[in-house]
Amino acid sequence: MDDTAIKVENLSKTFKLPHEKYSSVKSSFVNFYRKRTYETQKALDDISFEIKKGEFFGIVGRNGSGKSTLLKLIAGIYAPTRGTVTIDGSLTPFIELGVGFNPELTGRENVYLNGALLGFNRKEMRAMYKDIVEFAELEKFMDQKLKNYSSGMQVRLAFSIAIRAHSDILLLDEVLAVGDAAFQQKCYDYFNKLKEEKKTIILVSHSMPIVEKYCDRALLLEDGQLSKIGESDKIAGLYEAMFLKEETKRIENQRNEQKQSDDGPIKIHKVEITQGTKITKNVQAKRNFSINVSLESKVDLEKANVGINIKNRDRIMLVSTDNIEKIGGLKLRKNKKIEIFFDIENILTDGVYIVNIGVADYSPIIPVMLYRKEHVQEFNVSGVGPHAKSLTHPNITVEIDGGK
Amino acid sequence: MIGVYFSKKNRALLAELVRTDFKLRYQGSMLGYAWSLLRPLLLFLILYIVFVKFLKIGKGIPHYPVYLLLGIVIWNFFSEMTNQSLTSIVGRGSLIRKIRIPRWIIILSSSVAAVINLLLNLIVVAVFAVVNHVELMSTIVWLPLILVEVYVFALGVSLFLSALYVKYRDVSYIWEVILQAGFYLTPIIYPLALITNETLQKLIMLNPMGQAIQSARYSVVSHQTATAWQVFDGGWYRFIPFIIVGAVFVFGLLYFKSEARYFAENV
Repeated sequence: MDDTAIKVENLSKTFKLPHEKYSSVKSSFVNFYRKRTYETQKALDDISFEIKKGEFFGIVGRNGSGKSTLLKLIAGIYAPTRGTVTIDGSLTPFIELGVGFNPELTGRENVYLNGALLGFNRKEMRAMYKDIVEFAELEKFMDQKLKNYSSGMQVRLAFSIAIRAHSDILLLDEVLAVGDAAFQQKCYDYFNKLKEEKKTIILVSHSMPIVEKYCDRALLLEDGQLSKIGESDKIAGLYEAMFLKEETKRIENQRNEQKQSDDGPIKIHKVEITQGTKITKNVQAKRNFSINVSLESKVDLEKANVGINIKNRDRIMLVSTDNIEKIGGLKLRKNKKIEIFFDIENILTDGVYIVNIGVADYSPIIPVMLYRKEHVQEFNVSGVGPHAKSLTHPNITVEIDGGK
Repeated sequence: MIGVYFSKKNRALLAELVRTDFKLRYQGSMLGYAWSLLRPLLLFLILYIVFVKFLKIGKGIPHYPVYLLLGIVIWNFFSEMTNQSLTSIVGRGSLIRKIRIPRWIIILSSSVAAVINLLLNLIVVAVFAVVNHVELMSTIVWLPLILVEVYVFALGVSLFLSALYVKYRDVSYIWEVILQAGFYLTPIIYPLALITNETLQKLIMLNPMGQAIQSARYSVVSHQTATAWQVFDGGWYRFIPFIIVGAVFVFGLLYFKSEARYFAENV
């Protein structure tokens, strides 16, 4: 057990969910003698893994895959149905920020209460009170009741108390889901500091960039079972692929449904991605690619505008263009199929992208939207190389003046 | 062993939970903490007017008002502590689901709050005793021991009920009825001598609360109080109330311990 911080062996957790809750007096009398039936739900099934000391370890998986259950078992909040969790070192007792915060108490009182939950007595809390308040930037609000705080203020306060807990092993469940950008930056700085201090950290997150950035290794849970454990970027990729597969399926279903109700004037025949001469969904990085849209209109249009945009998996728009911007309005003849090619410089980095499309009539003073659809096509980009984690990778030339 | 349980961390947590309990309980009320004294006093006043002035029940019992008040205060302590503990695990559900703290600390914190209230109330009893010219007797040294007995009994009941309440929410209603029945089955408002049937008297005194309240009155107010010792006339079963207290405590503790593992998922 020398360099192992957490050892999980054959861990299983089964929940008993009663089929019916007898909430009324009558039903409870009627059902009193009937045996209660349970449905058993296997939240975790035979999980084994080890986390080394000083490791930043991620747990990823979809909602309901058992991530939080696993974290609660490690924290000792749940008792395992089978198997064991062995922990070497002190462990933070909480899995969420601001546990035990009481809205009826003032900020000051909550600091002391929360501190006590972390194991600090009054004297110790008094010594660090000033630092906590300063870090949270809430000096003026400490004598107000917590219920009058904004949620951002509450998180700031909770976070500044939580980081005082000097445990060897920290458990964090989606802490970064809240707070503004400035606060998130503080969290990242804190993470980096923890990494330098060689603390063991377990992070449950939906955000793959964060898992890739901070975690050394990660574990993918799928329906309560350990699907894969390994380097964090590999696991993140796996999770994304899994997610994309489902997303594509969902969109396809949606598209099939939509097809029948498509009764606008515009009909999109197909949207294709080509690179070189090849139609593809796997686009190579740093090489131009093209998005080809073939469509027709049921009516004559004097000045049509076809727009496309490309979004990444976080729904951030990276590329957007239309024909009016580039070549001016488009004349569409009734029921005549046309094809438009958007040739695009590939500044995208590794990842999954979706293509959205819109068609508008620009002949009136105020343009009229005729057609709009999200996710008409998707593709992925690979091969950027070292800087694949940035959002874009434009052409960059480096020159040196003086020196070698 | 106890050192592990009462580590620095646990003591800090206990103190803070008690403090929070007190702050929150009377928040928004003008009289605040005074209510913890006013409540039993008002109850006492009602019972005093009805039973002493109208029904003339306490006739012939020396210092009956103090006698009555002491009984009420001890009973109130028991009922307050069990009632508050009953819902305390469920009430702190959000805490239990998200943080690993020893569960029993929650019960202990509600019990400490009740003990503090008891001590405040005993001051009021002392004031009444002085006003009523109750003589200070050497037997008063037994009072702390008797109160410890009541505390242990209440703690055992609290542990059991709070754990049971996590699973069955009916418990709070049932307990309310049992407490109401207990209030009348225990010689609080009436003197034990009013029960002429000896078997019934003995049965009543098997109840640890009856035994404790009578003993407390004997040691503080008047030696004319009938205690379990006298009622059972030296038989071995005079120890039954203590056996019940011990058994309830051990059972409550064991049940709580076995259930506490699953509080987080059941609550």
